[in-house]
Amino acid sequence: MSSSQVWSEDSGHDGNVHATRKYAPSPRRGEGWGEGLGWPCPPLHQGTFCSDFTQKHSSSARRPLTPTLSPKGRGSDIPAMNYNFAFLDEDTKRMLRRALLKAVAIPGYQVPFGSREMPLPYGWGTGGIQVTAALLGPDDVLKVIDQGADDTTNAVNIRRFFARVAGVATTEHTADATLIQTRHRIPETSLREDQILVFQVPEPEPLRTLEPREAETRTLHALADYGLMHVKLYEDIAQYGHIATSYDYPVLVDGRFLTSPSPIPKFDNPKMDHSPALMLFGAGREKRLYAIPPYTRVESLAFEDHPFEIQRWEHQCELCGSGESYLDEVVVDDRGTRMFVCSDTDFCGQRRAEAQA
Amino acid sequence: MSALLQVRGLSRHYGQRIGCEDVSFDLHPGELLCVVGESGSGKSTLLNTVAAQLAPTAGNVRYRQRDGKWLELGALSEADRRRLAREEWGFVTQNPRDGLRLNVSAGANVAERLMALGMRNYGQLRDIARSWLERVEIDATRIDDAPTGFSGGMQQRLQIARTLVTQPRLVFMDEPTAGLDVSVQARILDLLRRLVNELGLAAVMVTHDLAVARLLAARTMVMQGGRVVETGLTDQILDDPQHPYTQLLVSSVLTT
Repeated sequence: MSSSQVWSEDSGHDGNVHATRKYAPSPRRGEGWGEGLGWPCPPLHQGTFCSDFTQKHSSSARRPLTPTLSPKGRGSDIPAMNYNFAFLDEDTKRMLRRALLKAVAIPGYQVPFGSREMPLPYGWGTGGIQVTAALLGPDDVLKVIDQGADDTTNAVNIRRFFARVAGVATTEHTADATLIQTRHRIPETSLREDQILVFQVPEPEPLRTLEPREAETRTLHALADYGLMHVKLYEDIAQYGHIATSYDYPVLVDGRFLTSPSPIPKFDNPKMDHSPALMLFGAGREKRLYAIPPYTRVESLAFEDHPFEIQRWEHQCELCGSGESYLDEVVVDDRGTRMFVCSDTDFCGQRRAEAQA
Repeated sequence: MSALLQVRGLSRHYGQRIGCEDVSFDLHPGELLCVVGESGSGKSTLLNTVAAQLAPTAGNVRYRQRDGKWLELGALSEADRRRLAREEWGFVTQNPRDGLRLNVSAGANVAERLMALGMRNYGQLRDIARSWLERVEIDATRIDDAPTGFSGGMQQRLQIARTLVTQPRLVFMDEPTAGLDVSVQARILDLLRRLVNELGLAAVMVTHDLAVARLLAARTMVMQGGRVVETGLTDQILDDPQHPYTQLLVSSVLTT
């Protein structure tokens, strides 16, 4: 573990063991992009392999954690970690990067790509995880959130997965991360230009519930014929008296492409408009990528007399007292007692830490 | 008066089989043309080809736009074809379930074409939808009901409202009253006659029912085996048929 000095183990107050690196924004981001097959050598073979798991089990730090089918690896003591850096092979990553470049060039347009089998089921973030794998460099610091929380199953496992197969540093602090993979939320902390947000998308086609034919939805996109989307909003108002769509609220990107923001609450839609951070969307099962480049206009659809509105609460977070964050309602006992807490655990934790200091 | 639609030598073949062959006619603004003939005579093929939903094998169709320019429909791009279908034309199908969006309410069905044209004011959409439901004799309180709960006749009237709400200049109708019982047919025909007069629509209507032609159309075209066998004023054709097939058709109408 020659380079393990740069890592420090941090057993956080929440009991989550994870590695953080003393992070300085890397000016080298992107240098590896054009290299195709050219990672000098997978870091695993250099002994830089490092994860929260191996740190805890340092005696077996050089042994592969997953038995592989290498002829020598199985049943022998010879390390046979056959994963490429960040799991995917370099050809696949190149294919993904090309698709991502196209997606960035045409904001909101769904680019087809050859989605791979990933070691997690469809619906758990196979699209997001492939985008992350294509973007990760050895100097990246990864944060993964699920419904705003860093400590849920999906988030913990994807974070651990990349710590294992790429040896990158992970963090729970939004400000420290260079790459944030997210499911269902955008962090409350404002993002910066040197950060990338990767969304997991179950259904990239916002028109799908109204138009099941893929050929037809593609034609509608090509002709920017989006009257249909308002039929859905009309139905909402007719049935509920207001636009009841509360998540996956359709947006128009750069005045051109109707786009699904993934199932984030509409509370987060305004954060997408002119965001300094690049936002990338991956739908693994549907095999589509799309992007919202930095500082792009993102409008949420609405009617003139029923304008777009975000959720509001009469409560404040009962842990940190925040009145402007997205709140989860949590049932805390079997008598129906409820409490409202921030869905963004990092935001909430930092506010509590500041209040204590 | 200049024509709205010019059809010249239009043919549509399905491989070796003839759908319709060498059909020519003009349609003028405010005119309702009926195409009659038995099942399989090529009426619907002709209608779909004229409406640019099928590509013609030979011949051409020209349409004069609102701004007076003539459009060659065969050379139309998909974008222009859809724009025409959205802004200037309407299409009423035989089975209202094909023309309606069944998983949204009646009001949304009527308002959809308006939203496609860019109207974004919910209150206005609502008012227009309500007034159109009343025009086609559907109780306006049913505006938020799903069309699946409507009777066949109501569904057909809803489809008519949905098609006419944008005040198209030209409407294609494919047997709009087939499959409905006689009293419901009578109401829909009455409604269509009134709306066609009020809005000054031009329409091409396909039917196998000569009574429909008699009631609505000034001019009628009789088709057999994909070809037009007789064309002329409706009363003339029905009262003094010249072609043997037309004579057969007229004589086979049941009279009570």
